[in-house]
Amino acid sequence: MRALTWHGTHDVRVDTVDDPEIINSRDAIIEVTSTAICGSDLHLYDGVIPGVLPGDVLGHEFMGRVVETGSDSTLKKGQRVVVPFTISCGGCFHCQIQQFSACENSNPAEKQDMSAKLYGHSMAALFGYSHMTGGYSGGQAEYVRVPYSDVGPIVVPDHLDDDKVLFLSDILPTGWMAAENAEIQPDDTVAVWGCGPVGLFAIQSAIVMGASKVIAIDHYPNRLALAKQLGAEVIDFRKTNVREALMEMSGGIGVDAVIDAVGMESHGFAVDNLVDVVKQKVGMGADRASALKQAILAVRPGGRVSIPGVYGGMTDKFPLGALMEKGLHIRSGQTHVQRYTKDLLEKIEDGTLDTTFLISHRLPLEDAARGYECFRTEQDSWTKVVLKPGMDTPATN
Amino acid sequence: MTNDKQLGLAGTVAGLGLAIGGLAFGAFLSQRRKGGDDDAPFYTRKSPDSDNAVLGRTVTIRKPRAELYAFWRDFGNLPRFMENVETIRKEGDHRVWLIKAPAGQTVEIKTEVCEDVEGKRIAWRSVEGSDIETRGSVEFADAPGDRGTRVSLVMSYNPPAGNLGRTIAKLFQREPEVQARHDLKRFKGLMETGEIATSAHRKENTRAAKQQEKET
Repeated sequence: MRALTWHGTHDVRVDTVDDPEIINSRDAIIEVTSTAICGSDLHLYDGVIPGVLPGDVLGHEFMGRVVETGSDSTLKKGQRVVVPFTISCGGCFHCQIQQFSACENSNPAEKQDMSAKLYGHSMAALFGYSHMTGGYSGGQAEYVRVPYSDVGPIVVPDHLDDDKVLFLSDILPTGWMAAENAEIQPDDTVAVWGCGPVGLFAIQSAIVMGASKVIAIDHYPNRLALAKQLGAEVIDFRKTNVREALMEMSGGIGVDAVIDAVGMESHGFAVDNLVDVVKQKVGMGADRASALKQAILAVRPGGRVSIPGVYGGMTDKFPLGALMEKGLHIRSGQTHVQRYTKDLLEKIEDGTLDTTFLISHRLPLEDAARGYECFRTEQDSWTKVVLKPGMDTPATN
Repeated sequence: MTNDKQLGLAGTVAGLGLAIGGLAFGAFLSQRRKGGDDDAPFYTRKSPDSDNAVLGRTVTIRKPRAELYAFWRDFGNLPRFMENVETIRKEGDHRVWLIKAPAGQTVEIKTEVCEDVEGKRIAWRSVEGSDIETRGSVEFADAPGDRGTRVSLVMSYNPPAGNLGRTIAKLFQREPEVQARHDLKRFKGLMETGEIATSAHRKENTRAAKQQEKET
């Protein structure tokens, strides 16, 4: 099959690799119809995530048709499914209490040590995201082996196009959980840092949850325009003093909840030169955790801090005093995707949520490398790239 | 002792060092570490007061105590999650563990069950003739509420005597602990999900398949 494989920094290629096959009885094989490039894929592209090996197939946002099932899979051949990026067994303690992204079994035993050393506990497995999270082949491919297929994938009805449901795999539930973690009350003013896909979906979710005002902070004009279109008020942090503006826009009280949808994945791997590389790539200011620090200072006493943005390790000059003295609630985490897929699918079906506005580019899988390059260098106009394995490659290529 | 013989022993002992990791379940320790009067398990103490290599590890498995006990008590099941153990066969009152060793060799360890408390605890030890003396125990205790069962594996082994033994023991000291930890995780996974997690893309790329390949 054809698949997008990693070969090194800024070197990804569509190669021919072996087709996957059923290994365990709960597995299914999915033929991918749509798969997206995630902002977090850029960190793999930039070579700042450890544990990625040449030849690894990337991609963790994907959907498709079931073409093969193991004897204990509950899926049926021909069904259309969206697959959560977190791999969860459904049987361990964390899965049972719906904390799916803390699954204890999906990351193979021999691969758990690295994250256990870094974080005190091992991480659940993710598709296509380094061997620290399991080393599973990802979704930017024609076919994917999906373990625990009786737990993760959600079957979607044929009348909903791929573009409408694809983001159930990651960014829509991630934006939703970010808003949920902000514990939004009806009269709240909520500020969101970062108008990338997750930030935009967090804005949308906060509005659905009844926030009276959502303020979006970014500097890319096109992304701010998308936020405005969703109903947010916007602040361009390059032109405006953000903290002062937020105080004024919340009547001098401070915003009730803040959402950091910027993050900085490569942060904690403690290798300064790698971090420096990332500093240049991330769209939000030069200081690596600046959005989060600013958010903590901007939120009102007793307010809530939600962090969907991805961090990998440590940060310095963290405003711990403000956190304690103001009595803030702080919530974060990789998304418990399986907890949200059913409800969010209903909200897509009844029209409460529309995610198609985000997609700026649709490319054949064969053009995936170009998709990575443009998504990285042209952040304002390339808001979201969806790859379609079945799509014809333009003859001009 | 001739040089050749020594090398032969080295191989065997090295194999056993790895092998014990493979046993991955451990034992009940008769020699407690001294010092420390808190409630923490003895194997978590900072200053071991024993020459024995000791390891201990607990996992919580969301399955009833009786079911886990029964699975473990049927020793023939253990190679399903113990990577280095090829087979465990019954020989009278003893069990003979056939364990993979470096360079395509195998090692046999003969054990006896020295304690067996239905649904709660199984302990075993190697019998005369082993190059490394080993003991292991596994305990099953109810976890709070519906969290299942806490399974604690403790094992110890006496490194062989002499300089050679010490060198080998040092060389392999970490390995059994890592192996035991991974095997215990695999036991948990197998019980909770019915399978051993693998990120392999194809059957020939699983760890089990690769190990088979190495042997042939």
